[in-house]
Amino acid sequence: MSYNILIGGSAGQGVDTVAAIFEKILNKTGFNIFTIRDYMSRVRGGHNFIQVRFGKDKILSHWDELDVIVALNEETATIHKDRLKEGGVILCDVDVREDSVFPGNSKNTKNIIFKNLSLKSKAKEIGNIKVSGTVALGALLKILSIDCKEIDGIIHGFFHDEIAAQNIAALETGRTLTDGILNISSPNPGNIPSNQNILINGNQSIALGAIAAGCKFYSAYPMTPSTTIMDYLASKMHEAQIVVEQAEDEIAAINMAIGASYAGVRSMTGTSGGGFSLMVEALGLSSMLEVPVVIAEIQRPGPTTGFPTRTEQADLKFVISASQGEFPRMVISLRSPEDAFYQTVRAFNIADKYQIPVILLGDQYLADYTTTVKPFDLNKVDIHRYFADETSIDINNYKRYQITETGISPRIIPGKIPGATVLVDSDEHDEYGRITESAEVRIQMNNKRLRKLKYLEQELIEPELLGEEESPILIVAWGSTYGPVYEAVELINKTSKTKVSALVFGDIWPLPQKLLMQKALKAESIINIEQNATGQLASLIRECTGISCNKSILKYDGRPMSSKYIFEELIKII
Amino acid sequence: MCEYKFKTTETAWCPGCGDHNILDALRQTLEKLGKQPHEVLIVGGIGQAAKTPQYINTNGFCGLHGRALPAAVAAKIANKNLTVIVNTGDGDSYGEGGNHFIHNIRRNVDITHFVHDNQIYGLTKGQASPTTGIGHKTNVQPFGQFNQPMNPLLTALSLGAGFVARAFSGDKEHLIEVMTEAIKYKGYALVDILQPCVSFNKINTFQWYNQRVYKLGKDYNYEDFMTAVEKSLEWGDRIPIGIIYKKEKSTFHDNIDFLRHGPALVDHDINIAIVEEFIKELF
Repeated sequence: MSYNILIGGSAGQGVDTVAAIFEKILNKTGFNIFTIRDYMSRVRGGHNFIQVRFGKDKILSHWDELDVIVALNEETATIHKDRLKEGGVILCDVDVREDSVFPGNSKNTKNIIFKNLSLKSKAKEIGNIKVSGTVALGALLKILSIDCKEIDGIIHGFFHDEIAAQNIAALETGRTLTDGILNISSPNPGNIPSNQNILINGNQSIALGAIAAGCKFYSAYPMTPSTTIMDYLASKMHEAQIVVEQAEDEIAAINMAIGASYAGVRSMTGTSGGGFSLMVEALGLSSMLEVPVVIAEIQRPGPTTGFPTRTEQADLKFVISASQGEFPRMVISLRSPEDAFYQTVRAFNIADKYQIPVILLGDQYLADYTTTVKPFDLNKVDIHRYFADETSIDINNYKRYQITETGISPRIIPGKIPGATVLVDSDEHDEYGRITESAEVRIQMNNKRLRKLKYLEQELIEPELLGEEESPILIVAWGSTYGPVYEAVELINKTSKTKVSALVFGDIWPLPQKLLMQKALKAESIINIEQNATGQLASLIRECTGISCNKSILKYDGRPMSSKYIFEELIKII
Repeated sequence: MCEYKFKTTETAWCPGCGDHNILDALRQTLEKLGKQPHEVLIVGGIGQAAKTPQYINTNGFCGLHGRALPAAVAAKIANKNLTVIVNTGDGDSYGEGGNHFIHNIRRNVDITHFVHDNQIYGLTKGQASPTTGIGHKTNVQPFGQFNQPMNPLLTALSLGAGFVARAFSGDKEHLIEVMTEAIKYKGYALVDILQPCVSFNKINTFQWYNQRVYKLGKDYNYEDFMTAVEKSLEWGDRIPIGIIYKKEKSTFHDNIDFLRHGPALVDHDINIAIVEEFIKELF
């Protein structure tokens, strides 16, 4: 059982703060939470909404049907009213007119409860019109019958002094404006649960993963929806002693990251598709110089500017093939905030081990949704730098690009070993890093670089199997659709005669094939579910394995697929 | 070949190219400063000058066209104990890398930028560079190049650079003096080094430069900004060489406590305990 609350208004009305306080209260009360944010690309006005889904069990996706709409303006009620469940509630100020939200008799069909409350006038009485959203939150908590003893502490985490007092008063006032409607019992009434979850989004998880991995240098150019990685890292710059530098452009950002990495520190950059387009040449540089770098590519709908604040999974084929020439790289698509944390740590280890660029592929959905997860287990964080030292190289004859069986050459930190210098060159080079035009050396070096892929392939993580162990219907998906697919598969297998299994890829380039081959052999139908128009995973699978998907669920309107949406689409085609 | 500490190797440059003198001046400067090869990093982008790291025994980074500066400043941020020098051309520095030139002056990381300025593109065989003079004919500008040439010294001054100098590859002794001061300077130091391109620039030849350059005298006050601006504008029959402007400024490292006081970033231990603290904030 889960509940779904929508809080909406125009930009600048405090929708985000109200939702963030609400989430904290729910988390402190022991609920699991899944919150999506829908912003327009503007600073003021427009229509923005946040949907908070919560319940006692783990939640992996947003949901479309609503229990309550908190409408800070009339537009919010009008746009979303049709998604209310039978007996759902609209909570709004007295200036929102019921007959204009529901012209004629349209509301009675679902027995919607329309709660006109004096949000703004009560806020004025408190002395700050800006707390009208908090008055609404107080009313919402009352409607949901949620009580939390931690409220003072939570509010003081958001505001200082007088403003905090005003918000606390606003919450109390809000509670008096209505009766309870939905009688939701709290999992841990009044107490902070001992196994409390953290509340985190995908980009914060990437940033925390980078700090845990020992990343010491992050350079990026702001681009939605990747910027919040930089925001988080910048806020921790001094405590974590990580240099966070806003570059003049994405070309500088990645070349800086490569320069810092050459000098021996773990380095990272982050961007979205447009910025990644500018980074493309340097992606090849990382692989050619064999200087590791980690790049977070947080996708949004393209081409070009596209939908700046919305989601899509349409850069997969671009990132696996970007840049001229043939060279090793790895692409890990991130499936959840938890996955994002651990995979970011792993990306640094792999980048260092193989001396290659590793791309973490996220998207706006994963970047911005917040959810409750178990606190990350730092015992699982293992760091391996794979540097050679003076005992493992010939100091007088150091070969940065020594030909080896694995293709991996001894890497040292420049300046650390007297007598040994490190020369790297974007030109084709010999074992010392010196420019060459020798056909023979060219072949040796190209083979050496590509040989690393063979070893990398041996440590790929197979996709996660969901649902049935074996089924005639196999779903394939990747990245952030993991949660919605997970719930949709569960729903299908619970409610439908037809049972399905699903493979959701995290590691995606090189493409792990073992489990896919096994499961595909038994499948009569293979369905790819992707947040793009052309089915890029299906195309990649066909290219690598010859296996074709015969059905697709594709969405490319910039809005994330919910588990309900996937469930309903699956029902139509299985 | 002589056995210097900073051994230089055979180059692919044309005989008579100004790069030879610049390379040798660089070697002598590093010897004079008492540096060890492993303590020095030379960074180039793409172009003839950008091959410098290939020809001298130091750490070397030959990156992408125009992108020497971002890599160089980040390497210095990662390891403040490295002496980081960019040796690259006018096309690489002012053309393809123009945006990085602008913003790394603002960033003021303690590196040295030696621009081998021959006022032409050498590697791609003789097209106009940002500093090519008006009317100069090339294969790509057969009717003459008519865009306003860039004044790198004035640009650097306008952006607040703390060390701005010009030198001439034909006066090695003076070049070494200027290079020495530039490397010693704490912050971003620009030296625009005039050099002939014997193959593709038949206008700005050794003689052309030699007849025009004059050294700034001892009475020249390089700490006065407006005087420096005036000097940076002097071009034509007389071209000043030497330190045009020099002033102490706070560097990138000065502005970040843990970079200024702590060990080099590359020597930091990984602090996993701090992550535990950050996680607690998310409850």
